[in-house]
Amino acid sequence: MSGRVLVGVKRVIDYAVKIRVKPDNSGVVTDGVKHSMNPFCEIAVEEAVKLKEKKFIKEVVAVSCGPQQAQETIRTALAMGADRGIHVEVTGKDYDTLGPLQVSKIFAALAKKEDAQLLILGKQAIDDDCNQTGQMTAALLDWPQGTFASEVSLEGDKIKVVREIDGGLETIKINTPAVLTADLRLNTPRYATLPNIMKAKKKKIAQVKPADLGVDITSRLEVLRVDEPPQRLAGVTVETVDDLVAKLKESGTI
Amino acid sequence: MAASLVRIFSKSCRQISRPWGASRAAWRSRSTNPAADVSSDQAAGGVSFPPLQTYSEEESMMREAVKKYAQERIAPFVSKMDENSTMDEEVIKSLFEQGLMGIEIDPEYNGTGSTFFASILVIEELAKVDPSVAVLCDIQNTLINTLFAELGTTAQKEQYLSRLTTDMVGSFCLSEAESGSDAFSLKTRADKHKDYYIINGSKLWISNAEHAGVFLVMANVDPSSGYKGITCFIVDRDTEGLEICKKENKLGLRASSTCPLNFDNVKVPEKNILGQIGQGYKYAIGMLNGGRIGIAAQMVGLAQGCFDNTIPYTRQRVQFGKRLFDFQGMQHQIAHVATQIEAGRLLTYNAARLKEAGRPFIKEACMAKYFTAEVATLTTSKCIEWMGGVGFTKDYPIEKYYRDCKIGTIYEGTTNVQLSTMAKLIDKEYDS
Repeated sequence: MSGRVLVGVKRVIDYAVKIRVKPDNSGVVTDGVKHSMNPFCEIAVEEAVKLKEKKFIKEVVAVSCGPQQAQETIRTALAMGADRGIHVEVTGKDYDTLGPLQVSKIFAALAKKEDAQLLILGKQAIDDDCNQTGQMTAALLDWPQGTFASEVSLEGDKIKVVREIDGGLETIKINTPAVLTADLRLNTPRYATLPNIMKAKKKKIAQVKPADLGVDITSRLEVLRVDEPPQRLAGVTVETVDDLVAKLKESGTI
Repeated sequence: MAASLVRIFSKSCRQISRPWGASRAAWRSRSTNPAADVSSDQAAGGVSFPPLQTYSEEESMMREAVKKYAQERIAPFVSKMDENSTMDEEVIKSLFEQGLMGIEIDPEYNGTGSTFFASILVIEELAKVDPSVAVLCDIQNTLINTLFAELGTTAQKEQYLSRLTTDMVGSFCLSEAESGSDAFSLKTRADKHKDYYIINGSKLWISNAEHAGVFLVMANVDPSSGYKGITCFIVDRDTEGLEICKKENKLGLRASSTCPLNFDNVKVPEKNILGQIGQGYKYAIGMLNGGRIGIAAQMVGLAQGCFDNTIPYTRQRVQFGKRLFDFQGMQHQIAHVATQIEAGRLLTYNAARLKEAGRPFIKEACMAKYFTAEVATLTTSKCIEWMGGVGFTKDYPIEKYYRDCKIGTIYEGTTNVQLSTMAKLIDKEYDS
């Protein structure tokens, strides 16, 4: 086993930013807007670094797909403790249409190329909420998957994963190599300390193109239109249950 | 020479985010070869004069990291620390954990190995949340660590620097009851016996004293030679005869401990002298020149933090059918204050960059400290007015900024001292 873990990190609009739709409804405004690492990806990085600190694995490689700015996200992962980074260059129109299927193909190719033992991703990105990349990557690689992980422990060459599911918690044991996706309660990501930010400067980020990995990133999906959700109107207080029923009938709900 | 300049300049236009790293070397060579520079500058078509708010990638990352850390791990404690006039131990511990207490120190001693400007950015970000925490960090970095790093013997550095970056706070002891601005008339004596000194006297207004593990004490070994006898001694906290008295009950910066110290026949070995005997006055002036920029950064952060907490309220509060912010009178005041803060920030950043570039910076540092302290006073006062009644209550953080700002015109060189220093330098400029 190579002892190498790949962690996917995505650069998304910061969670605190108020999202605005472009006037032409083709997407959301991203120019000049604050971006940061997807919070679930931060949790994924933290888990990988923790595994390395506990000496279960030897190397953490942070991977991001996107334009030049994706390197900032990789640097943050390096400052958190990842050993090196891989920046898969995807720009312009290609980046606008980049979705889970293409990213999974890229990750699958990299996992094979880097001889990864484990691939850890965030369960979903906060911009598209797809929740697909981890699962698709596992399928492409024909690897077992432990998604929505809230607890991960390595036991020999198997992994025990406690998953958060609708009904509660499910514990599974899967073989390695495997794909894990991190859920909120898996850990609390560490702050990048100043010394680690300085050390991150010296760590290497390799650049590759999807074509180098033999991946075709043409999208099979076309975004037709993006709209804001309907404005939430003020509610009305009613005095009695009869009033409530009358109002509901009035609005056509019942 | 020209070829390497072209390379440097074209590098700086490709990596706009990191011009200072490349052009710092360029600055020094510019002053020796002006004619060559202009032509190669134009040849490269490079951007060699980036705005002051240009940061290297690592400086930006650090600022983001400290901003996040301060919001999440200091902000919750601020009001309680102010109320109880005590710095929370957890906060101090986390400052060390984040590497904020050894920003310029070499990684060999567990430091971060970064630059003076990075310290300035850190102090500014911390001050936006709590100026008391910022001053603790500022004193450690700009006074204590710098003194040890520049003057310490290998043995002293080994003994103290690794601890100063990891878990030990330091204090700088210069002022006394009878000598504040007139620092060099200090009365604390250090009498030599064989291979040790006996220190007697008292110090006043010593910041960080409650938590400090080591004290840098300025004492006079030879009062007959006036200030030329002042020497810097390293005194450990648990040395017999050193008494740390009850801290002052202050108007502002309450979480920062400010204590009187008494020295009653404190025995200090000769090897604990930092630097040379009788050079203490020079070290003090030198360190305070840089420390001044740190205080300027603290004042800028304080003003900005106060401002940032006030504007959302003015945008939200409606009177006479419009937002407070929409009244022209308010807009003009707000714009004026914002301009002052920006000007103060630029003075501070410029002074810091000048110091890093090894160029004269004393006048600019004085200007920065003097101006930003005034700006902080103006900003906080105005912010309370804009907030109206709520600004006057402790439920909102604004009144704390108002109380905290006043010390800016007083400590590390009063405003009057700054102005006199500037005037002396200006006078000299017209000498030829």
